[in-house]
Amino acid sequence: MSMNNKLDQLYRSVIMDHYKSPRNKGILEDNNITVDMNNPTCGDVIHLTLQVEDGVVKDARFEGEGCSISMSSASMMTQLVKGKTVEEALHYADNFSKMMLGEDVDDDVDFDDAEALSGVAKFPARIKCATLAWKAMEQGVQQK
Amino acid sequence: MLTNKIREQFPILKEEVNGKPVVYLDSAATSQKPQAVIEAVSHYYETSNANVHRGVHTLGNLATDAYEGARDKVRAFINANEAAEIIFTRGTTTSLNLVAQSYGMMNVEEGDEIVISYMEHHSNIIPWQQVAKAKKATLKYIELTEDGEITLDAVKAQVTDKTKIVSVAYASNVLGTINPVKEIAEIAHAHGAVMVVDAAQAAPHLKIDVQNINCDFLAFSGHKMCAPTGIGVLYGKRALLDAMEPVEFGGEMIDFVGLHDSTWKELPWKFEGGTPIIAGAVGLGAAIDYLEEIGLDNIARHEQELVAYAIERMQQIEGIQLYGPLDPARRAGLITFNLQEVHPHDLATVLDMNGIAIRAGHHCAQPLMKWLEQSATARASFYLYNTKEDIDQFVEGLKMAKEYFG
Repeated sequence: MSMNNKLDQLYRSVIMDHYKSPRNKGILEDNNITVDMNNPTCGDVIHLTLQVEDGVVKDARFEGEGCSISMSSASMMTQLVKGKTVEEALHYADNFSKMMLGEDVDDDVDFDDAEALSGVAKFPARIKCATLAWKAMEQGVQQK
Repeated sequence: MLTNKIREQFPILKEEVNGKPVVYLDSAATSQKPQAVIEAVSHYYETSNANVHRGVHTLGNLATDAYEGARDKVRAFINANEAAEIIFTRGTTTSLNLVAQSYGMMNVEEGDEIVISYMEHHSNIIPWQQVAKAKKATLKYIELTEDGEITLDAVKAQVTDKTKIVSVAYASNVLGTINPVKEIAEIAHAHGAVMVVDAAQAAPHLKIDVQNINCDFLAFSGHKMCAPTGIGVLYGKRALLDAMEPVEFGGEMIDFVGLHDSTWKELPWKFEGGTPIIAGAVGLGAAIDYLEEIGLDNIARHEQELVAYAIERMQQIEGIQLYGPLDPARRAGLITFNLQEVHPHDLATVLDMNGIAIRAGHHCAQPLMKWLEQSATARASFYLYNTKEDIDQFVEGLKMAKEYFG
């Protein structure tokens, strides 16, 4: 396999699209859930704000600094959790970890754009980049 | 220097990474090991392995001779006055922690100051933060010039009569800057402070002379200078070490043990509790022999040539930002940089696909990253086995990454 082919597996065009035009970039003001998380081995940071009402994630925004994988993953995650119940969001986070380990995801899960991140499983050094936003979300939706 | 002949001596350089011959540009993180060092470690285990300083038996004597022989080599390598001033540790981090936990905790008092610089590695920051917190002392930072250098005026601006310890890197692991540690030591001493030198990035590349620098302590690691991981050195002046308490207690380091009190062995063994890293020390001795045979001056010259060549070629790439002084004569063999529009992690992955190993991230120097106003950077570092062809491939990789992400 040529180098560019292998790279293309990692950097699928939908990833580059989310990296260059991130969705839900920004900060939700007032009484919302805030999570700051970093990846101490590499310096990636995410500032995630969530609006959770009646057990449903109404809105999600993020700010952050990091590589294409971590920032596109954050963009995709915010897109995906909006409108989901806390329980569903946690189920997705759990399945995202499975996908990063190269395992099959549950049948009831549709990752949509985030499916493109499945190639990260073949790049062990980059898995933590991809999971940062999901870990932040996991912590956020469980905040009281 | 015959680089091709040198490359032959490093077995790992014959390996392939992602189907490409490995181009190893991460020696500032850890260097590769020559056959001579690998063999010295094997040979020790095959012919002389036993515990040191205790057996009456022959193997015990052979092991002790090998271990103490390595200490003599280290003494000569940094021109210490006597072998008793050489303490074997696990590495630079352990060495600096030893100074902080022993000398620091015994001598720093409330209201005192510890002075470090903005370009320190975490291992030369956090041990001092801990002392400062425990003793209610102040940790102060020497400012850097725009080029990432330390001026003596900047040192004088921080060091006062309240300063008890000054601790500065000999060479920066991010900027590559070589610091005027001898002159900084003079300033420290004029105020009654001790001078600690973090030589982790200097020992592999520069001829170190602790008596000429007149530093009080100096720390370095074996693994960055062709030796195995897990072995490092703390040099200290005898008078200071004699007055210091050990930080690890147990076997090997004691003289008499009573039920409620014990006394310590003499230097350097009182700081070497437990069975030491014998094979590591043997490997370090072999690494010193290896480097001295090639000549540290030759290695430094070779690296300067590589740095000059790399700077020249990298500067031709549009959107590249290099950090640290641009004069190759004023820096160690590494270049930290960023490529516009390509995050360092993405860059490192693209290069890895080409078999090229570089470092990406904050390089264990978060305060410096803040000073650079970067959350992450990329770093290519060079050693005696690197060639201009390595740099050509690296530059091609940079161009490829720029195209891919541009």
